[in-house]
Amino acid sequence: MNWFDSWALTLAVFIPLVGMAVVLFIPRDEETALKTTALVATAASLAVGIAILFRFDYDKSGLQMVVDKPWIDVIHSRYHVGIDGISLPLLLMTMVVTVGCVVYSWNHFPHPHNPKAFLALTLLLETGMLGTFVAQDLILFFIFFEVVLLPMYFMIAVWGGPRREYASLKFFLFTLFGSALMLLSFLALYWKLGTFDIVALTELGGGELVRSTQMLIFAGMFVGFAIKVPMFPFHTWLPDAHTEAPTVGSVLLAAVLLKLGTYGFVRIALPVLPDAAREWAPWIGLLAVIGIIYGALGCLAQHDMKRLIAFSSVAHMGFVMLGIATLTTFGINAAIFGMVAHGLITGMLFFVAGSIQERYETREMSRLGGLLTQAPRLGWIFGFLCMASLGLPGLAGFWGEFPAILSSYNPAAGVSEVTFRAYMVVAAIGTVLAAGYLLWMLQRVAFGTVKDEFKDLHVHDVHVPEWIAWIPLILLIVALGIYPNLIFRVTDGSVGHVLRAFGG
Amino acid sequence: MLDLAWIIPVIPAVSFVLILLFGKRMPRGGSEIGVAALAAAFVLSCLTAYQWIQRVEDATGAHGALSAFGRGLRASTGEEVVVHPVVHGFTWFQSGGMKFQAGIQIDGLSVLLLFVVTLVSLLVHIYSTAYLAGDRRYTHYFAALSLFTTSMLTLVVAHNTLQLLVGWELVGLCSFMLIGHWWEEQPNSDAALKAFFTTRTGDIGLMIGIIVAFFAAGQTFDIVATNQAALEVAGGHTIWLVAASCLLIGIIGKSGQFPLHTWLPDAMAGPTPVSALIHAATMVVAGVYLGARVYPVFWEGFSISAGGVNAMALIGGITIIIGALLAFVQDDIKKVLAYSTISQLGYMVMGLGVGAWTAAVFHLFTHAFFKALLFLGAGSVSHSGSHHSFDMKRDMGGLRRYMPTTFWTFMIATAALCGIFPFAGFWSKDEILVTAGQGGFTFFLWVGLVGAALTAAYMTRCVYLTFFGEFRGHGEPHESPRAITVPLVVLAVFSALAGLLNAVPFGIEKFKEWVEPTFAFPHVVHPDFSYAWASVSVIAALAAIAAAVFWFVREEQLGALRGLTGRNRAAGAAYTFLENKYYLDHLYTGVVVGSIKGPIARAAYWVNQNVIDGVLNGTAYLARRAARFTYDVLDQGVVDGAVNGIAAQTGEAGGLLRSVQSGRIQRYALLLFAAVGVLSLGLYVFN
Repeated sequence: MNWFDSWALTLAVFIPLVGMAVVLFIPRDEETALKTTALVATAASLAVGIAILFRFDYDKSGLQMVVDKPWIDVIHSRYHVGIDGISLPLLLMTMVVTVGCVVYSWNHFPHPHNPKAFLALTLLLETGMLGTFVAQDLILFFIFFEVVLLPMYFMIAVWGGPRREYASLKFFLFTLFGSALMLLSFLALYWKLGTFDIVALTELGGGELVRSTQMLIFAGMFVGFAIKVPMFPFHTWLPDAHTEAPTVGSVLLAAVLLKLGTYGFVRIALPVLPDAAREWAPWIGLLAVIGIIYGALGCLAQHDMKRLIAFSSVAHMGFVMLGIATLTTFGINAAIFGMVAHGLITGMLFFVAGSIQERYETREMSRLGGLLTQAPRLGWIFGFLCMASLGLPGLAGFWGEFPAILSSYNPAAGVSEVTFRAYMVVAAIGTVLAAGYLLWMLQRVAFGTVKDEFKDLHVHDVHVPEWIAWIPLILLIVALGIYPNLIFRVTDGSVGHVLRAFGG
Repeated sequence: MLDLAWIIPVIPAVSFVLILLFGKRMPRGGSEIGVAALAAAFVLSCLTAYQWIQRVEDATGAHGALSAFGRGLRASTGEEVVVHPVVHGFTWFQSGGMKFQAGIQIDGLSVLLLFVVTLVSLLVHIYSTAYLAGDRRYTHYFAALSLFTTSMLTLVVAHNTLQLLVGWELVGLCSFMLIGHWWEEQPNSDAALKAFFTTRTGDIGLMIGIIVAFFAAGQTFDIVATNQAALEVAGGHTIWLVAASCLLIGIIGKSGQFPLHTWLPDAMAGPTPVSALIHAATMVVAGVYLGARVYPVFWEGFSISAGGVNAMALIGGITIIIGALLAFVQDDIKKVLAYSTISQLGYMVMGLGVGAWTAAVFHLFTHAFFKALLFLGAGSVSHSGSHHSFDMKRDMGGLRRYMPTTFWTFMIATAALCGIFPFAGFWSKDEILVTAGQGGFTFFLWVGLVGAALTAAYMTRCVYLTFFGEFRGHGEPHESPRAITVPLVVLAVFSALAGLLNAVPFGIEKFKEWVEPTFAFPHVVHPDFSYAWASVSVIAALAAIAAAVFWFVREEQLGALRGLTGRNRAAGAAYTFLENKYYLDHLYTGVVVGSIKGPIARAAYWVNQNVIDGVLNGTAYLARRAARFTYDVLDQGVVDGAVNGIAAQTGEAGGLLRSVQSGRIQRYALLLFAAVGVLSLGLYVFN
């Protein structure tokens, strides 16, 4: 099975790209062929992913299935890919969600329809997302990171809601601005330390760099990643993008794109510049807890379901960033769990919000109500997701939140304990606000009786493509919640290994 | 069975899944699965209890004490015998190189709760088959009951605080689902949300308390290890004080203590059997259970052995009085019982606070039976007597003639609640009071006595309005069906006799022997029985009953006191104050929640849209101006081929794409990366 080890990651990443190429050659009227191709491509990628799960050595903390080949010799940039316990859960989550997106789209292509372009973009997006999680070279990482941008831009700009132009442009420019600073930092690292290789840079751990330079380079990466997360106060592109994006766009945006930012912190910013990370940690933690409270307050002011869910992402990613800011293995394990959980749960929430919009043609919560009477299954799924999202123990969301709060009681050596204990209290208060906005949303949408305008509307309960797309996600939310070791077991060793500079 | 006790919570979990999947297709809508599962769980719980008692007796060398029950064998005299709890677990997750377990801790306390929870749950299941017959969500109801039982049992057997937290939150979810069972009506879903928010507010304290205790005990959630560390005061007194204070907030939220008790009366919006099971007998005592489970944390944190006043005893004491006072002004029978529950939970918390561990747990035990019985009795009244109304003044009265079984069982429960000898409540309440008196907490002894008198008085009013006088409702009241009366009778037996398990003057101290931990546990006070205080408390209760009879009966018959609140300003003001529930609801719903949901959230959002986004849009505007300038300088004919390739596929969005093709996006991109190039060049040159 040696060939598998050397080809698995490349296959997983580029099968969707091949799928996209095939899609481009199929005439746009052949919808079934287009959809089948996209499904086969994403499913094949998922199959490789599952094979990786079986082949993966869970007792090894370093990179596995590594491929390291010359690529752009001029700048010593190499095609270096590999996977460890940090990448693995995110990679699999991305694959599962993308397959779900293709299935969900089956009969749901938003206006102006055009499945060919939509699916081509979805496949391109998947290559970008998967590539980001396996790249071990800064330039390769950067390219995958940016490849994601364009399809998402078009998804919002073409298939989006009424304000799509503003939203898509804002999304594009905002993230591009961050990317530019990030690239600047990457280049600075290259000139200072002579390599783009993430593994080598982690070994160096900042090397001989003087403190001020480290701080600046870190700041550049911080802005790049923080915009993607998004952290307060760089989050304002997110509600607009989510509100306008088509359902699948919102799902992928929430489930995967936001994780590229937090993943960047864990994979690159922290291990490469540990001293700067220690200096910046209290500030990152501060922005994280502001995000938790602020995102929750933003949610409470919303009338539009999707906008509310978008703001809830700001709050949830605040917990993830709080875990990361503690610089402890415990906190970062929680952060990775939080990323996966948020991907599954919020992705699902956007699916359901999209399905509600499709049925009622509105997302105004004041007009909705009594979903449970008209479409009980959809309503129960929605209630389940609200509970999962507010961090109910027994479901996946809890294991991102509670351990993150716990880890901030005792941050890594060299980081102020008092500060982080204050953050801990604020974050704990955030969990109550989360219950507030989610349950009020549930009450307004699902409880009560149907409003007069929709009394006679025939509402179809969950239909087959929705079931197929959703059941795996729902089962994962439950399974991870009951037995969290499914992820912690995978991440623990690798996180300790990558962040050895902080002493565990 | 001690080692296999994990099966007990698993049974209702399986039942939950089965009801969810097949319930609607079953002839009895899934209720048969629930009843069968609970019957099995109850039998296994009894077996576990039996084996635990044997384990204790074996260790203490008191063989045959089970059969000699009641003869007053005092086994544990002489040197102290330590009976270790049975602990089993598996790796739940690992993080930071540490492994964390989930598992069971079986000892006297958890066995006691296993018995109470499965018994009351089983009876409530049976009762519900009749009470909720024909309900619009009959199957869902039983699924939720099963889920609740699983969660509660998970909490009870937990051998670590994290697992306890999981069960704790899940019972909260079930409470939410069942309070809001009839969610079509807004007040019901409001009540459900209120319950969830309020308890979750307390959970802030619980979470932080668990975290603080985790670190204080040397990075472990394990309950035994935590208790040992607390007894050794590892890490100093302060950290345990912080942990105890935070955990106390969790108890306040869950167990309806002042000032977070306001959700519990509203929770009566749920079906009555749910009120009996969740909001009287089991879930609301989870807080007390937590207090008993990690008692050394409170013992050290609040320096309970020193006597005097501490936060825990104070909260409990306040709750006893404010709960009892509010019970007087309710016309809804379930609300009377809800405030009574609050007040009784106050006794338990105060009991823990004054060092009366055994008495508090004993009271938890007896209260579960008589309060569940009272609620189920009230449900029986509304089901067959008052036409689904709970209004005592409008729709009840004189029901003792029509519903004899309900009436007599209700009377037994009332006697137990009022602490009349020899019913169950007498023994447990009395023990709390005596321990308070002998442990240096004289003030709380008096608080408890006043509470006892108040309790007797409001229960007299309740019983009088419901069962005596003339029937004021409409329709034909009649006795309830078997499925309802049988659970009532079973609970009545326990309400009458359960207190004898720890009847100290008869030389029976089974609670001390079987339930009280002997390992990692402080030396709590075991007071001698005091005939003086026992008579005082019974006389106080009887006097209060007499006074209440005089007051309410006379009011009914003569109208002598009617309108007192209107004539006397002080009485009127006090009444208004009580009727508005001390204005706490106004404070919480109106001021706290209202301002967060309203102005604060809106202000934050305004800042978001106008300040943060304003900066952004301003920057974008400036960038556009700069771009226009650059446009004249730079050649703008950069058109991305790949972009166009995709763009051509999407003709419908031509308007938008025109802006791309005209180079707007590229222009920004180019600008940004040009800036990066310049900056990095600068960095290169200057370094």
